[in-house]
Amino acid sequence: MVQSLDRLKESPSQTAGPYVHIGCTPNWVGITGVWDEDLGSVLVTPETKGERIVVTGRVIDGSGNPLKDALLEIWQADAAGFHNSPAERRGKADPAFKGWGRQPTDGTTGVYRFETIKPGPVPFPDGRPMAPHITFWIVARGINVGLHTRLYFGDEEAANAADPLLARIENRARVATLIAPRTLVEGVPTYTFDIHLQGDRETVFLDI
Amino acid sequence: MSDQGSSHQRDGSFYQRDRDWHPPAFFPAYKTSVLRSPRQALLSLGNTLSEMTGPVFGHDMLGPLDNDLIRNYAKTGDPIGQRIIVSGRVLDEDARPLPGVLVEFWQANAGGRYRHKKESYLAAIDPNFGGCGRTITDAEGRYTFRTIKPGAYPWPNGVNDWRPAHIHFSLFGHAFAQRLITQMYFEGDPMIWQCPIVRSIPDDKAIERLVAALDRESCLPMDALAYKFDIVLRGRRSTLFENRKEGN
Repeated sequence: MVQSLDRLKESPSQTAGPYVHIGCTPNWVGITGVWDEDLGSVLVTPETKGERIVVTGRVIDGSGNPLKDALLEIWQADAAGFHNSPAERRGKADPAFKGWGRQPTDGTTGVYRFETIKPGPVPFPDGRPMAPHITFWIVARGINVGLHTRLYFGDEEAANAADPLLARIENRARVATLIAPRTLVEGVPTYTFDIHLQGDRETVFLDI
Repeated sequence: MSDQGSSHQRDGSFYQRDRDWHPPAFFPAYKTSVLRSPRQALLSLGNTLSEMTGPVFGHDMLGPLDNDLIRNYAKTGDPIGQRIIVSGRVLDEDARPLPGVLVEFWQANAGGRYRHKKESYLAAIDPNFGGCGRTITDAEGRYTFRTIKPGAYPWPNGVNDWRPAHIHFSLFGHAFAQRLITQMYFEGDPMIWQCPIVRSIPDDKAIERLVAALDRESCLPMDALAYKFDIVLRGRRSTLFENRKEGN
């Protein structure tokens, strides 16, 4: 026998269920008066540095239907590539940018929408720059463990080509599932990122 | 400065998540998972700063009733049902307490009815119960809230499936990689072991970790029953610093 490592096990995940919004975005489902504002609903203020962008899309199930009860969270660096986190040791992030957002998909259309800024590059552990990206986390009824993935920007071809994570994807056809094309919608740069849970276009999800 | 960054010495990468301990994505007895489960292998990635960092949630954002579901929505009086106190600690896998964790919780009322327009159960809405609350763990990783014990309810999975009484928990630790949503069940409830969502967890020992013990010592006489529910988030490696070469 050797000494026990005495580690605990992570609490097992359970689905967020159909009513995750009661707990995470109560104002959005009409439970008002408990607190003023849903957490994560606003990422940018007039003081935030960086290019204003919209990130929008749907979460699509194995039958091709968008989820109307999903909740998405994003986490990203500021325009200079710093995270607004105590664990950020490289410099001080823009205090006017939280870097974290939370949005439900629309109960009728299934569309989600974040108003944010385009992030700067963040280094991989070996020092190489990663292409600008936004980290996503998706929960919903029927999803037993929250799904992690990343959005990369369609107008960053050179950076994407050198990105260490994208380079790890052996099936090169799947790289496209992480890249959001850029369009202009009423003058605002808009990136459309549909997340496919299954099927020919299943998004690459991460075990981080 | 936050109450999480300075006191918590580890900010390295996270221990790998044990996917055999968590429920699989595809679990046909929970029917909604059939079309919502990725079928391709997940892409493994050593943590980068994008996963090892996370936002700070401070106590200053909380209102005085945020962790009191008995009062935070009440309009004409107290909600109906058994008054309970739920408390516990949030630890990491090395049993270190995690301060500054945002804990959000939501639940059905005493009759098993959620306050949601898509909820179709016949049980009555309680005009004095909203069903949501939140708090932030203290320096020792402790949290507590007061609520009404939720009721069991039917759901359209099997023809006659019922969910055991439960409270949903969302935990935001110190990094995006620690994000976790889970559910708390109540000691002694025979319906726990019949529920397809519970049974999606492959290991009975893991299920037991989600069953809160009735904590008789913490019950408030002539007021409330108490349940103790500890939650474990992922552990993480330490980062070596020039001024702490001996380690943590």
